[in-house]
Amino acid sequence: MAMSLSLLFRRCCPKNRQALHRLFSTASTSESSDDADIVISGGGMVGASMACALAYSDSFADKRIVLLEAAPDRGDFHLPKRYSNRTCALSPSTAGLLSSFGAWEEIEMMRSQPVRRMQVWDSCSDSMIAFSQEDMTEPLAWIVENDVILGAIMRRLRQAPNPVDIRFETSAKSFVIPHVSESWEEKSKHPWVKVELGGEKSIYTRLLVGADGSKSAVRAAAKLHTVKWNYEQTAVVATLRLAEAIDNNVAWQRFLPTGPIALLPLSEEFSSLVWTTTPEDAKHLLKLPEESFVDAVNDAYWHERDKNALADKAVDGFSQLLNNIMPGGTAMKQLPPTVTGVEEKSRAAFPLELMHASHYVRPRVALIGDAAHRLHPLAGQGVNLGFGDVECLTRILEQAVAGGSDLGSLNHLLTYETKRQRHNLPVVATIDGLQRLYSTDFTPLVVARSLGLTAVNSLTMFKNLIIQRATA
Amino acid sequence: MFVCRTCRQTVQSATYVQWPSRACVTAGRGSFEQRRGVHNTRVQCQSLRTRLVVLQNKTNLDVSLTKGAGISTSSSLQGSAEENDQKFQRPMAQTTIDEEEVKKFSNLAELWWDEAGEFEALHSMNELRVPLIRDALVNQRQQESEGTVRPSLPLEGFQILDVGSGGGILSEPLARLGALVVGVDASEENIKIAQAHVMHDPKVARNIKYIQATVEDLVGTEAEKFDAVVTSEVVEHVADVPTFVTACCQLVKPGGSIFLTTLNKTYLSYALGVVVAENLLRLVSPGTHDWNKFISPQDLQYILDQNDFSTRLLHGMMYNPLMKRWSWIKNTSVNYAIHAVKAT
Ligand SMILES: Cc1cc2nc3c(=O)[nH]c(=O)nc-3n(C[C@H](O)[C@H](O)[C@H](O)COP(=O)(O)OP(=O)(O)OC[C@H]3O[C@@H](n4cnc5c(N)ncnc54)[C@H](O)[C@@H]3O)c2cc1C
Ligand SMILES: C[S@@+](CC[C@H](N)C(=O)[O-])C[C@H]1O[C@@H](n2cnc3c(N)ncnc32)[C@H](O)[C@@H]1O
Repeated sequence: MAMSLSLLFRRCCPKNRQALHRLFSTASTSESSDDADIVISGGGMVGASMACALAYSDSFADKRIVLLEAAPDRGDFHLPKRYSNRTCALSPSTAGLLSSFGAWEEIEMMRSQPVRRMQVWDSCSDSMIAFSQEDMTEPLAWIVENDVILGAIMRRLRQAPNPVDIRFETSAKSFVIPHVSESWEEKSKHPWVKVELGGEKSIYTRLLVGADGSKSAVRAAAKLHTVKWNYEQTAVVATLRLAEAIDNNVAWQRFLPTGPIALLPLSEEFSSLVWTTTPEDAKHLLKLPEESFVDAVNDAYWHERDKNALADKAVDGFSQLLNNIMPGGTAMKQLPPTVTGVEEKSRAAFPLELMHASHYVRPRVALIGDAAHRLHPLAGQGVNLGFGDVECLTRILEQAVAGGSDLGSLNHLLTYETKRQRHNLPVVATIDGLQRLYSTDFTPLVVARSLGLTAVNSLTMFKNLIIQRATA
Repeated sequence: MFVCRTCRQTVQSATYVQWPSRACVTAGRGSFEQRRGVHNTRVQCQSLRTRLVVLQNKTNLDVSLTKGAGISTSSSLQGSAEENDQKFQRPMAQTTIDEEEVKKFSNLAELWWDEAGEFEALHSMNELRVPLIRDALVNQRQQESEGTVRPSLPLEGFQILDVGSGGGILSEPLARLGALVVGVDASEENIKIAQAHVMHDPKVARNIKYIQATVEDLVGTEAEKFDAVVTSEVVEHVADVPTFVTACCQLVKPGGSIFLTTLNKTYLSYALGVVVAENLLRLVSPGTHDWNKFISPQDLQYILDQNDFSTRLLHGMMYNPLMKRWSWIKNTSVNYAIHAVKAT
């Protein structure tokens, strides 16, 4: 080849030889600078699993991947005795993704609690809906502590066959994004993204993945707009002790006029609380002595003060009607467990907002996880959407590699955006709709939602569809 | 100077012709015929340099012909010809590339490489043609030997000649898959654009050499040197197709492959490829295509047969301008791809 090429050079374009030589020598000097195929900014659950998915994929065997995480290295994760108050409900498809790089097996070796049934009911009426896979063999979800998820992913990441360059306590000072950043037009015009790390240090990357959470710096640098809804609501989380050891595998969610309260199983004796309420109420709940807090939780699950006679009557009549049409359709309402204690210092509060980026990609930039969308925790979907992003982007980048495309090429990034927005947007909109529907005690709405829940509960087919969507 | 409206190049080869605008075709038959006459005369000079001089003279003649043709839209035509003149006429003799030059070509490279820009359809065609070439070559090798294929570098060890490589839209992915690619283009400008673009990606640059040449130039020294010759969306811009394709065939090793994609010569291809794509949807600039240079798959296969090639695959391709995606179809009446293999 070398022989025939030099011949070509001499024969056809003697004048270009030097020019070519110059071009190629420039090319080889830039190689010594820090170049990467993919830089992932943010090593939370979503960013770390993106790195892991790439690190275990054959397609990326010879690719250079860099993960930047602002927080310090916590070393190998050791499972503490105490349960953490930050948990997630992981869907079966998330379990599938985590299992593809061995992190799910790590989680199972540590701890996780399956949810086989989910009961959702309303404090204003008797309507309720219960979800379960038909034979209760396949869990609907697993409740896993955030630390356990991240610990498992990081452990697998460190053992990965294609090593990822993990840089802790590192966050980009700025990004120079082609066609977007002003400094790009003025200075470099380099076709890749420049990740400036401060001092003289920087990385040029073919693709920048923003996994840096809801306040994403990548999103800001790429000038990707967001739509936000502020609910003036706060989520209170805590780890709760149950009255007795039970076969704890039901998620209990009750809609109160102030917002939903959810009890998620952690073990036979513990459950995790996510109570969404007004900011004032949240402040009050955090200050309460432990005993009164436990009373407040039990009261929230059991009280009948909000009952709306009209709604109740409507539901009764409607249930009977449905039963006549579809006998056996309505599942029985079960009673939630009684709470007897709250783990010390496990109470915390988070303000709630819903945020969605109108675009997830730019040439050479893609957003995943909370950087692209942040959900109300009401459906326990938040991180699952992020893991879905990881799965989708990984598949699309694998295809790009197989087709010899530039990893940062807009062509396939747009496919990622279209696919994920088609999936994520309805979830975002449904959850926003549910939230609005349930934060009222205005009678017509209460009747409407009660009838809605009751009808859904008996429509087995429709319910299965919801389960498929929520677990897919 | 003669300038291609799509590729923004100057003419440098006898087989290489790009009409400046379709306006002259429709406006004056006479001038069109004359023009064709000029360019179909194969220039029989041995040295490329003399050939260039001859051609420059001819193209000057060509522009004056166009100007004198009394075309109603002549003002716009002249305007664009003059504009092109200023923009693209540079001294031919160059020894090194200065910074200004590099900058200029980087800007032009941005045009070629803007995936949502004028060459969008070529970018998205990669989704069909790269897998076509990759799978055919990988299969061929697996039949010959039982070597393992590295998933990220399936074309490692193949030498591919990309004829009419343009900005390198097809050369780069092939090189990224591990092939050693030589991209040749008749246009010096395009070669520089391609070089300016690839130099930013060292991993790809290692595997590519871009050379300003025509296939006929290569036949003397490089006959039967390449595992595959690829010429995609080029034949429809070529003046003398049989000479061009024959030269491409001669460069392929015995048992090697040739891949071609082009536009069929049917009324449908005229309607879609020229009228709709150029004038209605403005997918490409008006004047990009001259329907008279389109060729049917049968004619192309006949030339390939004459050169000892047997056709392995003939597929139609369809572009959906809304989705901006290509797909394979049976019907070959507009766009099509051919893969043929040389007898051993
Ligand atoms: C109260 C509450 C309850 C929730 N409950 C659930 C639930 O039940 N189920 C569920 O699925 N989801 C739930 N969520 C949502 C879930 O926690 C998030 O979706 C998830 O944490 C998103 O992960 P992420 O990796 O995208 O972002 P984050 O977890 O925000 O991670 C971002 C990472 O990036 C790092 N970082 C930030 N900026 C930079 C920078 N400039 N440079 C480098 N690194 C940077 C941060 O240190 C962090 O590690 C809940 C959220 C809240 C608030
Ligand atoms: C439409 S572009 C296609 C570019 C490239 N093959 C792709 O598909 O991305 C046509 C290219 O063919 C080149 N060309 C036309 N005739 C040629 C010839 N006879 N020899 C070499 N190149 C030629 C032009 O200069 C132009 O760059």
